Amino acid sequence: MTRSSGIRPPRPLIAAAVVSACLALIPLFYLIVRVASAGPEKILSSLLRARTWETTATSVSLMVVVVVGCLIIAIPAAALLTRTNLPGRRLWLTALALPLAIPSYVAAYAWLAQFPAMSGFWAAALILIAVSYPYVLLPVAAALRSTDPAIEEVARSLGRSQFAAFRTTTLPQAMPAAAAGSLLVGLYVLSDFGAVSLFRVDAFTRVIFASYRASFDRTSAAVLASILVLLALILVFAERKVRGRSLQYRSASGTQRKAVLTRLSIRGRVFGWGFVTVVIAIAIIVPVASLLIRLAEGSRRPLDVVELVQATLSSAGAAATGAVIAVALALPIGLLTARYRSKWSTGTETAAFAGHALPGVVIGLSLVFLTINAVPFLYQTLFTLAFAYAVLFLPKSIGATRTSIAAVPPILEQTARTLGRNPLGAWANTTLRLAWPGIAAGGLLVLLTAMKELPATLMLRPTGFDTLATELWSRTEIAAYGAAAPYALALIALAAVPAFTLSLAMSKSNKLSDQQELPQLDTVSQ
Amino acid sequence: MTNVRVDAVTAGYGGPPILTDLNLSVDSGEFIAVLGSSGSGKTTLLRVLAGFLTPTHGTVSFGDHQVSGPGVWVPPEKRRVGIVPQEGALFPHLDVQKNVGFGLDNSAQSKDRVREVLTMVGMNDFAGARPQELSGGQQQRVALARALAPRPDVLLLDEPFSALDAGLRATLRTEVRGLLTALGTTSIMVTHDQEEALSIADKVAVMRNGQLVQMSEPASLYQDPADIETARFVGDSVELPATYSGGDSVHTPLGTVRIRGSIPVNAGSLTAVLRPEQLVLVDPRPVGGAVAQGGLGAVNGVTYHGHDSLVHITLTSGESLSVRVPGESTVSLGESVRVIPTGPASVYSN
Repeated sequence: MTRSSGIRPPRPLIAAAVVSACLALIPLFYLIVRVASAGPEKILSSLLRARTWETTATSVSLMVVVVVGCLIIAIPAAALLTRTNLPGRRLWLTALALPLAIPSYVAAYAWLAQFPAMSGFWAAALILIAVSYPYVLLPVAAALRSTDPAIEEVARSLGRSQFAAFRTTTLPQAMPAAAAGSLLVGLYVLSDFGAVSLFRVDAFTRVIFASYRASFDRTSAAVLASILVLLALILVFAERKVRGRSLQYRSASGTQRKAVLTRLSIRGRVFGWGFVTVVIAIAIIVPVASLLIRLAEGSRRPLDVVELVQATLSSAGAAATGAVIAVALALPIGLLTARYRSKWSTGTETAAFAGHALPGVVIGLSLVFLTINAVPFLYQTLFTLAFAYAVLFLPKSIGATRTSIAAVPPILEQTARTLGRNPLGAWANTTLRLAWPGIAAGGLLVLLTAMKELPATLMLRPTGFDTLATELWSRTEIAAYGAAAPYALALIALAAVPAFTLSLAMSKSNKLSDQQELPQLDTVSQ
Repeated sequence: MTNVRVDAVTAGYGGPPILTDLNLSVDSGEFIAVLGSSGSGKTTLLRVLAGFLTPTHGTVSFGDHQVSGPGVWVPPEKRRVGIVPQEGALFPHLDVQKNVGFGLDNSAQSKDRVREVLTMVGMNDFAGARPQELSGGQQQRVALARALAPRPDVLLLDEPFSALDAGLRATLRTEVRGLLTALGTTSIMVTHDQEEALSIADKVAVMRNGQLVQMSEPASLYQDPADIETARFVGDSVELPATYSGGDSVHTPLGTVRIRGSIPVNAGSLTAVLRPEQLVLVDPRPVGGAVAQGGLGAVNGVTYHGHDSLVHITLTSGESLSVRVPGESTVSLGESVRVIPTGPASVYSN
């Protein structure tokens, strides 16, 4: 069907897509401008400072530790839940995906509320592992489920034991999925702001935020942000590469039998149950229990319902504006990439995906610089905040738009043309009309995700403007754990919808064609 | 009433051209089948006619109006063409009558027109149904009604029956043919199915490598193809080495065979092409004192088709050929037979 769109894309569409891509690139562009304007001497001195390298070392080590931790949990868990007869495995898999609905700062808050002494590198690593291992678990489980059992059977008939056959034939097929998941986790850790800040780990995001707060030496903040973006870009491109490879690994179509499940002995079952129970206890039970205890305690004091509702509405207002901007920017790019394969489509898409490599804290910093220096009347306004949300979550919206439009056969629009509609009318009456529900759902997902965004909101919000995330943040900072509980709960409820769609997409990722958007890390699930 | 003229059209998708210097002329009210294997460019031709693809060279005219040419390009919505895409491509969000009324305005006459064309295709009882509720054949009927509703000058059909099962395909195409003849709409159908093309069209246009190789009435296309490749494409063929033996005949391993048309200029080494039904099998033993005609061979296989069978034979002179016999064949494997040609052959120079 790609052939059918061999015609060159209409000029107005290219123009709109280029404008969208340029708008999405503003934060990155201004960051570069800001760094460049500091002059080589200042850049060099910032780069050579010990703190710069300590921060880099901290962030990179944290990333490595968390990725390794996620692999250690996710690969055995995926094998256990897809290839053995462990009773209740479907339920266990669902339970193990639940941490997707817990933003990292909520998990960190919940643990801190229970164990106030927790602090430092290893505490942050534990929490980040607990909230991000599903990014590896779900794709690996999907890959294991979809491997052709015939391959393993051949290995068995060639003399391998059951475990050896699994390890040498089936497991390697799940490796690209594990690699892609690991890169998503790496990106998550790099851009995480909440957990590292609450546990006082001097990773990039915390140091950048602190130097912005201190409001002197902003050059060093900008230089740090640039290094962070560079690292994130490497991960984003590596993830795209690996994802492409994992598609090649998929075996040909045809009817596929289900794998024969390994029968576990009683000891095996007990061990399996024990393993998943420990993971679930750390990832779900402790934080949720802590939250409920705090809620019960906090209820001795009257909860300010008005404040909670107000924060929710503020969150929703800013996030909805951001979602509308994101959908508007995504529409031309999604249309171009779904219908016309050309250098324009790949170029604008890549540019718009810059949002993946820009952690919230970087977008916040860049837009603060930009508004103060160039457009002071936009500094700390709702519009700037909404724009930051739009740039941050544009990839999500483009994915939804492209998938929805690609699902509409071009022949419908062409048939409408032969029946007398002009180009725009034919498009609106068929393609847009049919793709609209998917595009709108993508917008809703942006809205829900933006409502729990923390770092950019902290930096860009108008004075006196509070969202659920900032309210939770300010209460946790002053150790008012009880008062923070309702906000944490509200945030988990909000995160549940995007988490559910994400886990659905990841579990199905093996059936996706290359046209479709694989689950991407949303930089602010944290 | 509109005739269609395609002159020296070259078109493609940016890479090497799919259509090169193609010419086609369709008379008003004619039903043309464009026959080609996949990759021959037949669908591209349809897209050029509909206005979905702009040719890089050449002109396209409907009646007196040029719709595509140097400096001229009429968009699809102004061409008055109807299109019946593969598998219907009904608008999934609209019910049957809204699908059919899509190309009409909202007047009362339009409502009548919708009912009229739905009745024509026998789908009046399904006016309120959703496309998803219809069978494949019903969807095609609605797609046809939708294309016919605005009274197009030219109707384009893109393998309209290919997704249907064999029985339904035969019924529906006879029905559609009857309807289009009655309406007198100039129609161009693209297909890769030679049987379909031969059975339904006034004329069949054979495409290969982006060019029109031959356009003839079905019988003359089958009996007298323009070249050997066309001969192979439109049906089973028997190819025999031949030399010109004077008059209107050639000499072949099956003896002397009458030829159709004129002798190719280069009359040295020739190939004679016959159809399997132009051959008969007889007892190899000489009967009475009659002169032995035809060629001797042995049966090396039989393919049974139900209504007839193809008997595969290797001649003693080494050539292989097939003979069509009605119903079940009575010869057995290895049996020796005599093959006698009955009809005129088409000859081509090598």
